[in-house]
Amino acid sequence: MIKVKINGQEQNWDGDPDLPLLWFLRDEVGLTGTKYGCGQALCGSCTVIIDKQAVRACITSVSDVVGRDVTTIEGLHPTGDHPVQKAWRQLNVPQCGYCQTGQIMQGAALLMDNPKPSHDQIREAMAGNICRCGAYQRIENAVRLASTGV
Amino acid sequence: MNILTNPKKLRGFERHLKVENVSRRSILKGLGIAGGFALAAPVMSRPAFAAYETGAGAMPHGTVVDPRVFVSIAPDGIVTIIGHRAEMGTGVRTSLPLIVAEEMEADWSRVRVQQAPGNEAKYGNQDTDGSRSTRHYLMPMRQIGASARSMLEAAAAKRWGVPATEVKARNHEVVHAASGRKLGFGELAADAAKESVPGIEGLKLKDPKDFRYLGKGQIGIVDLKDITTGKAQYGADIRLPGMKYAVIARPPVTGGKLKSFDAADAMKVSGVEKVLEVKGWPWPSKFQPLGGVAVIARNTGAAIKGRDALKIVWDDGANGKYDSVAYRASLEEAARKPGLVVRKEGDAEAALKSADKVITGEYYLPHLAHVSMEPPVAVADVKGDRCEIWAPVQSAGGTREDVAKTLGIPEANVTVNVTLLGGGFGRKSKCDFAIEAALLSKELGAPVKVQWTREDDVRHGFLHTVSLERIEAGLDKNGKVIAWRHRSVAPTIASTFAAGAKHAAPFELGMGLIDNPFEIANLQCENPEAAAHTRIGWFRAVSNIPRAFAVQSMVAEIAAATKRDPKDMLLELIGSPRLVNLSSVKDPWNYGEPYGSYPIDTARLRKVVELVADKGGWGRSVPKGHGLGIAVHRSFVSYIATIVEVAIDDKGKLTVPRVDTAIDCGTYVNPERIESQIEGAAIMGLSLAKYGEITFKDGKVQQGNFDDFPVIRLDESPLVTHVYIVPPGPDTPPSGVGEPGVPPFAPALINAIFAATGKRIRSLPIGKQLEA
Repeated sequence: MIKVKINGQEQNWDGDPDLPLLWFLRDEVGLTGTKYGCGQALCGSCTVIIDKQAVRACITSVSDVVGRDVTTIEGLHPTGDHPVQKAWRQLNVPQCGYCQTGQIMQGAALLMDNPKPSHDQIREAMAGNICRCGAYQRIENAVRLASTGV
Repeated sequence: MNILTNPKKLRGFERHLKVENVSRRSILKGLGIAGGFALAAPVMSRPAFAAYETGAGAMPHGTVVDPRVFVSIAPDGIVTIIGHRAEMGTGVRTSLPLIVAEEMEADWSRVRVQQAPGNEAKYGNQDTDGSRSTRHYLMPMRQIGASARSMLEAAAAKRWGVPATEVKARNHEVVHAASGRKLGFGELAADAAKESVPGIEGLKLKDPKDFRYLGKGQIGIVDLKDITTGKAQYGADIRLPGMKYAVIARPPVTGGKLKSFDAADAMKVSGVEKVLEVKGWPWPSKFQPLGGVAVIARNTGAAIKGRDALKIVWDDGANGKYDSVAYRASLEEAARKPGLVVRKEGDAEAALKSADKVITGEYYLPHLAHVSMEPPVAVADVKGDRCEIWAPVQSAGGTREDVAKTLGIPEANVTVNVTLLGGGFGRKSKCDFAIEAALLSKELGAPVKVQWTREDDVRHGFLHTVSLERIEAGLDKNGKVIAWRHRSVAPTIASTFAAGAKHAAPFELGMGLIDNPFEIANLQCENPEAAAHTRIGWFRAVSNIPRAFAVQSMVAEIAAATKRDPKDMLLELIGSPRLVNLSSVKDPWNYGEPYGSYPIDTARLRKVVELVADKGGWGRSVPKGHGLGIAVHRSFVSYIATIVEVAIDDKGKLTVPRVDTAIDCGTYVNPERIESQIEGAAIMGLSLAKYGEITFKDGKVQQGNFDDFPVIRLDESPLVTHVYIVPPGPDTPPSGVGEPGVPPFAPALINAIFAATGKRIRSLPIGKQLEA
């Protein structure tokens, strides 16, 4: 039995300890805000925050997160009003919206590490997150807006 | 037969192909080329927002204009409006209900949107494709809203015992100005429901000057909060009690079959519960599943791990030799010989012979995969002779039909719940993944979710075709273009429905080939044969992508050869402002729209070129290593021109500092979503131009994920995209937005690269062609 802490709550897991955290979150715990996009840490749709760092849940196993604090989009802010989330809404960023939770988690992690990122730092930090709808211009602007106050 | 007058038997084009014995002639006949095609008479003058003809009525099940179906009002005043089209990022789930709210005078903050299940008899056509939703539904949604308003007003007038003409709905209440009395929509709901539904003819639509929402652009999409908090439900997010998780190993070659499999190791994987064969259909079979071996598990991760452990022997079948290198050579060979003539004006052959100079370009575009961020996924729950589906499908009605047919149960017994779509781009118009889930649920007697991995998506989808476009332009001694011959060779989408289809279907011919708007005396379009060896399907903007790339590149090539400005060259070729004569174009399809309402209007085409040139600063001086390129294209009956600025460093690294796009999409609803679609189209255009390439070897797709099928990321996306929307005339019908932004991007980019470097790229993707 493995015990892991997701959004402050303890969760038990008695299955394969190598199960990717992504599928544990989505299929076993029911936190479906973390999305599958590639399974190989190529697209960032499954980004969660572990100990203040953006992590791809698709290549992180459940056993890897024992003793660490995992935050998913559901736990980012109690009312969904994290500055990044608010900036996202203010600029009407999403199109289909599927990759957006991963983008928001990546943006939130960036601002924890670097509250005032430069233009290039935003573009670089967000480059691991693919948006096939191509909302990049607004993603970049929303991260900047969140960093300067919403 | 006339396909457009017999919509009941048809669903989009797949049905067209089924009604005829498919040989190359009969496809054309079945699709209306040879048959009599009645056009709506051109409407010369229309009063503001009066009804205009669209092709909506010719879609399966047409439109339903009934407020009782689309609108309900609770006693607390909350108005619920049905969204009956699929939301894949265009904003349609917001914009169509917004039209109803506008017309019925509802306050948008008190409106909720409810997604309709697949039921076309009730809601009308639900095929969310072809950039059709706003153009087909602006008027029906206005009529629905006006009907609801009129019923509310009638109920209030009765309550007060005053003539209905004395009351007026305004911002969620009905007001009697003379007495100052007011009643909220909630208070009137029960009585209004008893009123008879007024006839469309007598409806009074709002004067556009009174619009609060339409065309204003300050409305966020209804799912905005849920999307940013992770609560939005996509197909992949459905979880049912007792649900099993499945992934499927499918034949690696299209048309291949399962020979044998060994599941022993897969069954040893923790969490795997069962391994079983999934029925497949012989290729081509429209959207039926490919078959293969399914691994059933307690979660998706276990199912994937179990699938990795399967040992499978496949019979590759007839497409086992498909090889992209050899295939390209065969396309080139075909394009260099005469092919089926699909449009002929004057005598291009003779004019090319007599021309002072002939410029020839061969333009290649490989297969592309959609790679929507949400790969195909579906949940099905089959109980006895009933089936319930939850899936991100563009065609809810088509899914219902196909699932019912596959399971052999009545359509009425199938419920298709449409979730949000994590991108669609045409992939999710094909419901194979929903059929797979239904088959597995039936077999297992439990709800099943079938999840496609990214590799499944790239390797087993319905790819954008591969194409070779060859254009020869003949110039007289003054540099005037006197001849144009365009040969377009590409496997057709029709091949996914009918074995042996080798010529473009009319809807493909009409995407940038035979609808060429240029004013050239001798113009010929040909379509040599091309056989398909994989499943070909619709991809956002479809055949317009290779055609616009070829045509708009050639324009710039002619400009360079004759030392003229590319924009001036473009305007010269478009020629005089006019409605292109349909009998010369011979495009009976016209995106399914009557030519009277949606002609090829070169004045509008010229206008977007001039607008983007003006706003985008065409001709401005740019730093060394930078260049500007321009392209224009009409598709989905909209007009779009794009200027791309590129910067190329001395190592050949390409960046895009700026994009400017002008769009004329007629009357519009939510300009903010038009901008987002155009911003996104630039990214998709850049992705396909820079990287997009699916190749085959030994019949198998050689790519699998975003490492070998890359798309543009933020660090290489344009720094800024400006969008200019042409203000519509008072009576300009709405036209497409979702797709038409894509086609002009690649040629504008390629023309900009030429301007910056003198290097002319005729084969996409760009890949390493710019590296020294």
